[in-house]
Order: sequence, then structure tokens, then C-alpha cells
Amino acid sequence: MLERRHPASTQDREVIIRVRDIEVGFGEKTILKGLDLDVYRGEILGFVGASGQGKSVLTRAILGLVPKRAGTIEVLGQNLDELSPSERRMMERHWGVLFQQGALFSALTVKQNVQVPMREHLDLSERLLDELAMLKIEMVGLKPDAADKLPSELSGGMIKRAALARALALDPDILFLDEPTSGLDPIGAGDFDELIATLQRTLGLTVFMVTHDLDSLYTVCDRIAALGEGKILAEGPIEAMLASDHPWLRSYFHGKRARAAMAGGA
Amino acid sequence: MPQSTLAHEPQLKIERAGNKVTAVLTGPWTAEHARSVESLAGEIAAQADRHHLIIDLGGVQRLDTLGAWVLDRTRHELGESGLASDFVNASQEQHILLNEVAYRGFQEQQKPKPSRFVDFLVDVGQTVAGAGSDLVRGVAFLGELVSAFLRVIVHPRRFRGTALVNQLEQIAYRGVPIIVLISFLVGAIVAQQGIFQLVKFGATPFVVDLIGILVMRELGVLLTSIMVAGRSGSAFTAEIGSMKMREEIDALRVMGLDPIEVLILPRILALIIGLPLLTFLASIAALLGGGITSWVYGDISPDVFLTRLRAAIGFNTFMVGLIKAPFMAVIIGIIATLEGLAVAGSAESLGRHVTSSVVKAIFMVIVLDGLFAMFFAAIRY
Repeated sequence: MLERRHPASTQDREVIIRVRDIEVGFGEKTILKGLDLDVYRGEILGFVGASGQGKSVLTRAILGLVPKRAGTIEVLGQNLDELSPSERRMMERHWGVLFQQGALFSALTVKQNVQVPMREHLDLSERLLDELAMLKIEMVGLKPDAADKLPSELSGGMIKRAALARALALDPDILFLDEPTSGLDPIGAGDFDELIATLQRTLGLTVFMVTHDLDSLYTVCDRIAALGEGKILAEGPIEAMLASDHPWLRSYFHGKRARAAMAGGA
Repeated sequence: MPQSTLAHEPQLKIERAGNKVTAVLTGPWTAEHARSVESLAGEIAAQADRHHLIIDLGGVQRLDTLGAWVLDRTRHELGESGLASDFVNASQEQHILLNEVAYRGFQEQQKPKPSRFVDFLVDVGQTVAGAGSDLVRGVAFLGELVSAFLRVIVHPRRFRGTALVNQLEQIAYRGVPIIVLISFLVGAIVAQQGIFQLVKFGATPFVVDLIGILVMRELGVLLTSIMVAGRSGSAFTAEIGSMKMREEIDALRVMGLDPIEVLILPRILALIIGLPLLTFLASIAALLGGGITSWVYGDISPDVFLTRLRAAIGFNTFMVGLIKAPFMAVIIGIIATLEGLAVAGSAESLGRHVTSSVVKAIFMVIVLDGLFAMFFAAIRY
């Protein structure tokens, strides 16, 4: 298993995403009320919560895909509301997103998918464009012959890897993963976790991972934040989660499935 | 945010000391500066001679996969021409990155490039074969439809009445305003042009015969069929195609439901019922348009118009248009369904099949209308 680093103190580390007092809702329904969250540079943050509690909503609010009603979001020290459109474009180069279903462009091959952000944001020679795309495809563990396939010809695990290659196309500082291991078999999920940890170390990424996978939480996450009732219920390393006496966290981390994961992972 | 470093450019300084050449790199060697990174890497390669080349990364502020890739590629290419080079002063992270990207050639997958002539022949062949298999599939599907219809007649409880009513609303009821409007306009335009030509012969009143026969026999049903192919045929293809993409059709099958009975039969029956109704309305609207124009341009008062119309058209004229309508409905329905079922994986494929559903349906509607014209002429109806 991978070696886990334990950030001794979080005080002196750079905050890469700072969410303050955010409120998001649709119509009458408020999903997030007064949520605060810090993500530190270089960590893998696991984000858990029951279905429908707004994990994806928070991710999408940070990415600017859903409007927020109140609060501030700072990424890399910049308030996202105060950015000009061109600064906003610059900002988008600093993050990569892996959507739950991959969201690969179905009309393009894997290689072309990886090249889309490169063509849009960078000025590259054709040779480099090809080589870099192939490099990213290999880095995520796909075989070179997958490069010319269409998304519809790929298996679920390969789609996730191809989507990860596209998310990494611009060497982002922050990687958002929305349930990266959902729909993968346990071995494939384990491999994918390991891949994320390896890439995180080699590329110096900060990873924000929405997940339900207890194995991922045990093996790769440095810190875990649990969402419930529109707020962060608890955050900290896995030990802090296990020690928490919030009823939902207790049943989440001490249930039957959790015990199995603990036996295997820790 | 590395705002300050963005202002900087990657830089290169070559230092020669004795038989050692050192390339000192500074600044950000990242994808933002891809062009200068590449050209500077070319300079490093050009500086290398028989001496040992040292690439000093001590001053590099940022290195990403692009920078690491280009540098390692340079080192690799120098190595191939027999020149040794080494990285020094790389930080731990840079070391990890350089090791991870480790240059290797990606052999291009060579795709054979056949000649344009061969491509053209292949294209023609595929089109002909495609048209043939379309015909076979169409006929086979018609058979399936009929057998599903018979099954439903034998077991009326399996008939989806609600779906049929819903489809009737979508196809017929909601289509009324646009179909009535365009028919009214086309009737008016044809009457106006007819009057302009007939007035030269002093035969203005014959515009009523012209309008009556043309609208009842051809225009009403053609305009309606083309509109329905565009409105409802495309909707069928898109609905069935996206249901197929999301495995909903397979889900129906494994639940023991026949997709033809559940999805397709109600739609095609709704078309068969709806199209004659719409054709009737379209014909009336076109006659109204023609009547108003005749009054305005040809001084033919409404009661004269009606009297002449009664003399000009018989019940058979009215029936010719109406008989064709259900056949048009079946053609549109079959093409739309087959195209929908042919949708594969991608969004692009969905778009392509919706387009081809509409194009093929309109084409076939016109071909069928021509065949009917020949048929009715032959039996003198």
C-alpha cells in the first residue's frame, strides 16, 4: 500500500481553496448553508457525505457551474467573484476536473479529447501536441492503442483514465475528482487510487476528491471532510473521523462495510 | 497564483569551462512558454559538442510535464547522436517528474492513405449497399409492426391507449397551428400566381378548379407529410435514439416488454390516425387561403368560389389526398424508428441519424406521392 503522509500541522500550509460561508440552493430549497472549507496545497482531500447532501453541488459551485447565493470562494488566493473574464480563463488552466461519467467528447478520439484543452490554452507545435497527449495517456496507464479509440469503444475503467488524462492535460495545480472509483471493480478502483496518489506526488497536485469509496478514504486521502446538514460536520485525518461521535459519521465509518475496508486498508 | 512568474520567460545561458559545457536554465519551463521552451531546447542541442554537457536546473522556478518532456527529449536525442549529458541541481520534485516522463518515442500508428478514386468507389458502393439494406430492413420492420399490431388486436389489454392519446396530442393536436398556417399561405400564394397567369386568357374563374384540385389531390397531403416528417419524425428518431443510447430499450426488453409494442406501435398508430386529420385541416386552410386571394385579386366572391368549387371537385378528388395520408404516415414512422434504433454511442451519431431520418422521410414521401399520382392516373380515379 501507499505510504500516507500525515500533515502534522495545517496552520503553516498554503490554503489553495478557501470556501467561506457559502450558501447554495435551488428554488425554495437550500442545500449548503454557511459552509466553510479549506483545502491545503499538496494534499488529497476526501469529501464524503450522504447522497443528496450537496457534495457535487459544492464542487460545482467552486467550479462556477452552479451559482451561489452568498459567501466567497478563493482559489489560489484569488476571489473567484472578482476575476475578469481573462483572469477567469487563466484560473481555469489551473484546475482539471474528472466528471463522474468521464464527460469525454463522444465525437473525438481519446487523443483528441486530451488535446482539446491544450489546443485551446497553449501554443504548441504539432509534434509536441502529439507527444504530450501520448505522454498523458501513458501516465494514466492506458495503452498507446487506446489513443485512437472513440469513448464509445472504451470500458468504464478506461473512460475514467482517459478523462483523467484530459483533466491533467494542462498540468493543473488542483484536480477535482467526482467519485473517481464509482463503477469500477475493487481491483480497478484500487489501481485508480494508486494512480491518483502517484500522479499527485509526481505532479505536485492538490486533489479534491468527492467519494463514497471507503477504501479510497483509507488508502489515499490525507484529510477527510464530511458534509451534512449543509455544513462541514467534521474534518481531519481518518483517525479524527473514526473518533467523531456524530451519528452519521459513526454509522458511516463504523458500519459493516467500513470495518471491512479498515481491515483491508489500515 | 504565479502572476509574477508568468511575466518571466524561460532563459538559457551557456557556460564553457575547460572541456565542460554547462547549460544554465532559469525561469519557468512550463507549457505557458511552450514555443520558447522548445526553441531553447534546440539551442542546448546545438551547443553540445564532443564535451560533456551539463544541464543545470538549479535556477528553474517551475517545471511541468511539458518542460520535463522537452528537456528529456533533448537529452535523449543527444544521447542517440553519441553525446552524453546530465541534469544537475534538480530539486527532488523535478527529479521525480523527469523520471516519470522519461522520454520515449511514440511510434506513429500509420494509417494507410487510399487514393481518392478508391475512396469514391467505396463511397458509392457503400451508399448503394446501404440503400439496399435500408429497403430490406424497412420491409422487415413493416412485418414486425404488422405482427405486433395483430398481437395487440388479439390481446387488447396489451395495447397502450394512454401512449397513443399522448402521441396523438404531440403529433396531431400540437401540429395544427403551424400546419394550418403554412397551408393557408401556400393556398393563397398558388391562387395569386394562378390568377396572374389565367387572367391573360380571360380564364380567371378557372383558378378555383386549379386551387381545388391541386390542394385536395396533392398540396394538402404533401405539405402535411413534410411538416410531420420534420416535426414528429425527427422527434421519434431523437427519442428512440437517446433511449437506445441510455440502454432504456434493453431495459424494456429484459422486463419482458416488447419495445415495438410499447414505444413504436403507439407512435405509428398515432401518425396513421393523425396524418389524415391534419391533411383534412391543411386542405381546408389552403382552400380558405385560395378563396381569400381569389376574392382580393380575382374578384371572385365567396359564394361564386364555393359554387365553382362544388362543380370542379368531386368526392374522389377529396379521397385521393386522404387515401395517401396513412401511407405517408407509415413511411415516416418506419424511417424515423429505424434511424432511431440505428443510433450508436455518440451524440454526433444521434444528430446524424435525426438529420437522415428527416431527409429520407421527406424524400420517400415525395417519391410515394409520385407513385400514387401514376397509380391514380392509371386507374382513372
